[in-house]
Amino acid sequence: MKQDLRRLTRAAGTRLHHFHGGLRLRHHKQQSCRLPVARPPLPSRLTVPLQQHAGETVAACVQPGQRVLKGDLIGDGECQRGVNVHAPTSGHVEAVSQHLLGHPSGLAGPCVVIRPDGADQWRARQPLDDWQSLAGSELVQAICQAGIVGLGGAVFPTHRKMHHGQAARIHTLILNGAECEPFISCDEMLMREQPRKILAGARVLQHAIGAERTVIAIEDQMGAVREALEAAIAEPGAAAIDLVCVPAIYPEGGERQLIQVLTGQEVPSGGYPSDIGLLCQNVATAAAVADAILEDRPLLERYVTVTGSGVREPRNVLALVGTPIADLIEFCGGYAPDAARLVIGGPMMGYSLDSDAHPVVKATNCVLVLCHDEIASPQPEMPCIRCGECARVCPAQLLPQQLHWQIRNGLWEDAGASGLRDCIECGCCDFVCPSHIPLAQWFRHGKGELRARRRQQLAADHARERYLTREARLARQQAERAERMAQKKRALRDDAARQRKVAAAIGRAARKRSADSEPEPGP
Amino acid sequence: MLIPILTLMSLGLLFGLGLGWASVRFRQQGDPVIDRIDALLPQTQCGQCGYPGCRPYAEAIASGEADINQCPPGGEAGVRALADLLGREPKPLNPEHGEASLPSVAVIDEAICIGCTLCIQACPVDAIVGAPKQMHTVIAAECTGCDLCLPPCPVDCIEMVPHRPGATDWHWPRPMTAHAGGRP
Repeated sequence: MKQDLRRLTRAAGTRLHHFHGGLRLRHHKQQSCRLPVARPPLPSRLTVPLQQHAGETVAACVQPGQRVLKGDLIGDGECQRGVNVHAPTSGHVEAVSQHLLGHPSGLAGPCVVIRPDGADQWRARQPLDDWQSLAGSELVQAICQAGIVGLGGAVFPTHRKMHHGQAARIHTLILNGAECEPFISCDEMLMREQPRKILAGARVLQHAIGAERTVIAIEDQMGAVREALEAAIAEPGAAAIDLVCVPAIYPEGGERQLIQVLTGQEVPSGGYPSDIGLLCQNVATAAAVADAILEDRPLLERYVTVTGSGVREPRNVLALVGTPIADLIEFCGGYAPDAARLVIGGPMMGYSLDSDAHPVVKATNCVLVLCHDEIASPQPEMPCIRCGECARVCPAQLLPQQLHWQIRNGLWEDAGASGLRDCIECGCCDFVCPSHIPLAQWFRHGKGELRARRRQQLAADHARERYLTREARLARQQAERAERMAQKKRALRDDAARQRKVAAAIGRAARKRSADSEPEPGP
Repeated sequence: MLIPILTLMSLGLLFGLGLGWASVRFRQQGDPVIDRIDALLPQTQCGQCGYPGCRPYAEAIASGEADINQCPPGGEAGVRALADLLGREPKPLNPEHGEASLPSVAVIDEAICIGCTLCIQACPVDAIVGAPKQMHTVIAAECTGCDLCLPPCPVDCIEMVPHRPGATDWHWPRPMTAHAGGRP
């Protein structure tokens, strides 16, 4: 396999493999790539959610009224359960309170609200200049401190992924720059503007997990990116990193699909890429790692694509976490007159929001504003005609029509056995369905339901164990009490025997005394 | 004549010995049906079914003493699962045993608690910590929401708070669709 990969990367693009299904979509990326990346002005208030990753909510470690410096820890994830959150700029903590998160649930969550003081003053920074002499676990610890999560969209904690990688033997690090979803261009602009930073991050990651080599995968239509990366790789002192152009087929940027294209191997169902000796990171994550290790800058800001025909000047911005989405849109010229829908993420996997007051989080890669004529009017759903198009395009090689029927009828175990957990929610099946069945929505619902059931089952098992332990303890205590009672009774009985003996002795003595004291009969 | 008789007798002896050995070697510990019923019960240990816990109720179902529709926390889905397992017809929950309610967690008002330990003794899963004349509190993650700590409390300082889904345990709802679906 290794030789296979080596050969294909040497001959860039000639020995690529295929993944099943997928779609060729119109890119719509040019519109947001015309203007260079810019940093919007500091907002008047930053609302930083304490849960920005896949996992538990972290606890705030600042008080209202407290002054924080840029990069100060404000949410302590303790590295095991959660992911650290840092102050995006210097200022005062106005409140630690519940705010609406830009989440499809529309639920509120705990946030730290910071009023910036405009100084943007950093805390003391200690870059790890000697990172090459540090052990992998120390680098992973530093990555964990910096609160880095996968910036490709899944926001899985990077240090946890690295732990998996360190436990397995990783031979190849893959940097994923195949940004396949239409409209999104934040990774493309990052690779064009910061190729050296990405390569530096790749070197740190490769050193931390002990991989032998690194491959950067980009799409074949990213000409400017290719030039920028090739120039950076050719620079003296740069590490030998292979650049591979993969064909632009959606969802090529999915971790499993990209691995299949590069190596021809499939990541096992329910497994991780580390099971086959690979570690896959997004290019933006690599840049964040470089920031964290070489400059001691925790993850405070990210590239966000603000695009769509509903925005006057589509472009990429470098936004601080916690910036209201409305500020980004205003910076990009505001809404066009016929703007109709605000979507977070791309048109395939994103979700729409009803308000632009929500903050940018670590997961926000794209803010897409669509116009009236771009929104497909909701077509009435029709019964499935079993055309099989969905199965033909499914990149995970599932049978969407069967899964749909199982979820609809509540056959959860059957749906799980049919591979529902392997669905990557890419929406290809949805896109091609002639009956307009919202298949991806069904699968998201089904996956959530499976997770909830699993959680319930674990909770029930736990409660059963505690109940049985308590019953056993009560039974043991009762037995012990009964044993103590029996002992006491025995002691009492023994006591009674001794008392009888004492009484008998006293009786004997009394009789003897009375015999002695009897008057002698007179002579 | 003698040879077939001897052959059959020795065969019978051989098989008898084999079966006898197997019955000792592969003896089932406990009743597997009870375990499988118990696995389907929600383990709230609330006693609404009329038995002092989920396992006693499972034993009663297995012996035919109790019906399968006496568990309100399990809801209709629980009744269906039991009916599937036991090959019986599903039936609606028996209202005598209460109605299905949303999962909830007990919360002790610590300012009012007098530290009498009665709730600690009532909790079937040891989810309350405290000591005599000291404040008590509920370990929310361990609480099954069984309500059993409410009646013994002499100062009524325990309240059942319904569990609200947060952003971490939220999941996408069922899509709203016009047609009823069915087998494609």
